Amino acid sequence: MPAGPRHPGAKPRRRDDRIAYLFLAPWLLGLVGITVGPLLASLGLSFTHYDLLSAPSWTGLTNYRRMIAGDPSFLQSLVVTVLYVAISVPSVLVISLALALVLNRGLRGLTLYRGLFYLPSLLGGSVALAVLWRQVFGIDGMLNHVLALVHITGQSWIGSPGTALYTLVLLNVWQFGATMIIFLAGLRQIPQDLYEAAAVDGARRWRQLLQITIPMLSPVIFFNTVLGLIRAFQVFTSAYVISNGTGGPADSMLLYALYLYQQGFVNYDMGYAAAMAWVLVVMIAVLTGAAFLSARFWVHYAD
Amino acid sequence: MLLIALLVATLYPVLWMVGASFEPSAQIFVNVGLLPKVWTFANYQRGWYPMQNLSFSRLFANSLIIACVAVLGNVCSCTMAAYAFARLQFRLRGTLFAIMLLTIMLPYQVLIIPQYILFLRFGWLNTYLPLVVPRLLAVDGFFVFLMVQFIRGLPREIDEAAIIDGCGHWQVFLRIVVPLSMPAMATTGIFTFINSWNDFLGPLLYLTKPVMYTVPLGLNLFLDLNEASQWGPLFAMSALSLVPIFVIFLFFERLLTEGIATTGIK
Repeated sequence: MPAGPRHPGAKPRRRDDRIAYLFLAPWLLGLVGITVGPLLASLGLSFTHYDLLSAPSWTGLTNYRRMIAGDPSFLQSLVVTVLYVAISVPSVLVISLALALVLNRGLRGLTLYRGLFYLPSLLGGSVALAVLWRQVFGIDGMLNHVLALVHITGQSWIGSPGTALYTLVLLNVWQFGATMIIFLAGLRQIPQDLYEAAAVDGARRWRQLLQITIPMLSPVIFFNTVLGLIRAFQVFTSAYVISNGTGGPADSMLLYALYLYQQGFVNYDMGYAAAMAWVLVVMIAVLTGAAFLSARFWVHYAD
Repeated sequence: MLLIALLVATLYPVLWMVGASFEPSAQIFVNVGLLPKVWTFANYQRGWYPMQNLSFSRLFANSLIIACVAVLGNVCSCTMAAYAFARLQFRLRGTLFAIMLLTIMLPYQVLIIPQYILFLRFGWLNTYLPLVVPRLLAVDGFFVFLMVQFIRGLPREIDEAAIIDGCGHWQVFLRIVVPLSMPAMATTGIFTFINSWNDFLGPLLYLTKPVMYTVPLGLNLFLDLNEASQWGPLFAMSALSLVPIFVIFLFFERLLTEGIATTGIK
């Protein structure tokens, strides 16, 4: 991804400030009024106590202190979310890359496979799929009936703290198709003559994979990793619907976004929720920053 | 062979739900096959009214109105902004473009609280404005970026020639760039529709009257009212709620996959 606009042929051009800002007007209005303004407002709010009814009262760092020292649920939601992200993001990457490699061997019906594997990515964020998951992994659900056929007695996968989170992880991993498509597009950009040269040198398949495919694909792997991380940290709908808004047994499904919703819109503790949101921004920024720093060592940009 | 097995395993739950929606509720719990043993439409009749005086036809209409306005607003505002970024020289261009890219990475949670307070003050609770105004103002930078990438790829010679011929920027935009950008605009429109159709948190925050509800809220309401015991009607309505997405997928699969593919590639 280019970091900014490129200047093709640095010939001086006349500037069209006024007309440009006319074209940009809707976007700028949104940026100032609905994005940056509220962003700063929520930073201010995070140092207050505000319940929507009375005016916000300044409480300094109280909200932030409470998160670290006085709120077991917050720490639980942090643990749950980190676990969720740490399992689902790498799983999606591995599965989608493996499948992209298989599909890229040029079998017949590629577009059909590609399309059908992509379908879950369009459906997965919906309430309908969360409803389905709730049934399938319930005590009397479809999965247990399948297990019963081979004489295994199942449990309520959603009802037990040990497994509930993994049903959410599975729903996330189930939507690997979009990532797979980006990988496929990346694979198609790798020049074939690299492989031909490697084959002449007698490099076997797996060596070609490790020494050509992975390095050449590293910008795409990087892109998918960063995007996957950012998205996984923000998952809400599935956790809300499957746990009925509660966060599940022993708060085992209490994803960060769900806990933030509970604090902000169930308890009307807006200041605390705003502080939580800012902690999330900082966490995502640190992670993304770390990813960009590490990229210098493993991402290979071919010119 | 392995590939087909994997594909079947991936899509099985959804197909099973569709099949189960045509079965008597008692059967759902014993039949793990895809085809109902006894066909019935009873689930659809029962599910159509999640509560008295509220039918799914109303919910579908609500969802459709919101999605269509969102699509129109988002396509117009994103294409305009993208034209400016891709084709015009102006002060702060680089800075604004960088800010736009940063907004893509911003988690939405940090905005929902102040936005909620703001829209509450505007008196927008129980209206569709909080759900469509952000689209009219191109708040999702991802789509601006997608359009910029596309417009940059169009040959500059055409619009430069038009400008030499005395066309203004609006004419170049409307007569040259918009017609040539149709594929990217369609991609933006389709993704906006799907996002809007599936959106749950927005309506959950801003809509409290059931008559204003969208389809996802209706499904959630049904779940709450029936303690998750009425799987048949729930499956029937869930399956129906996925129909528009299936239809879009059938008609525009190529546009969607190509749109996704270009975002990850330089």
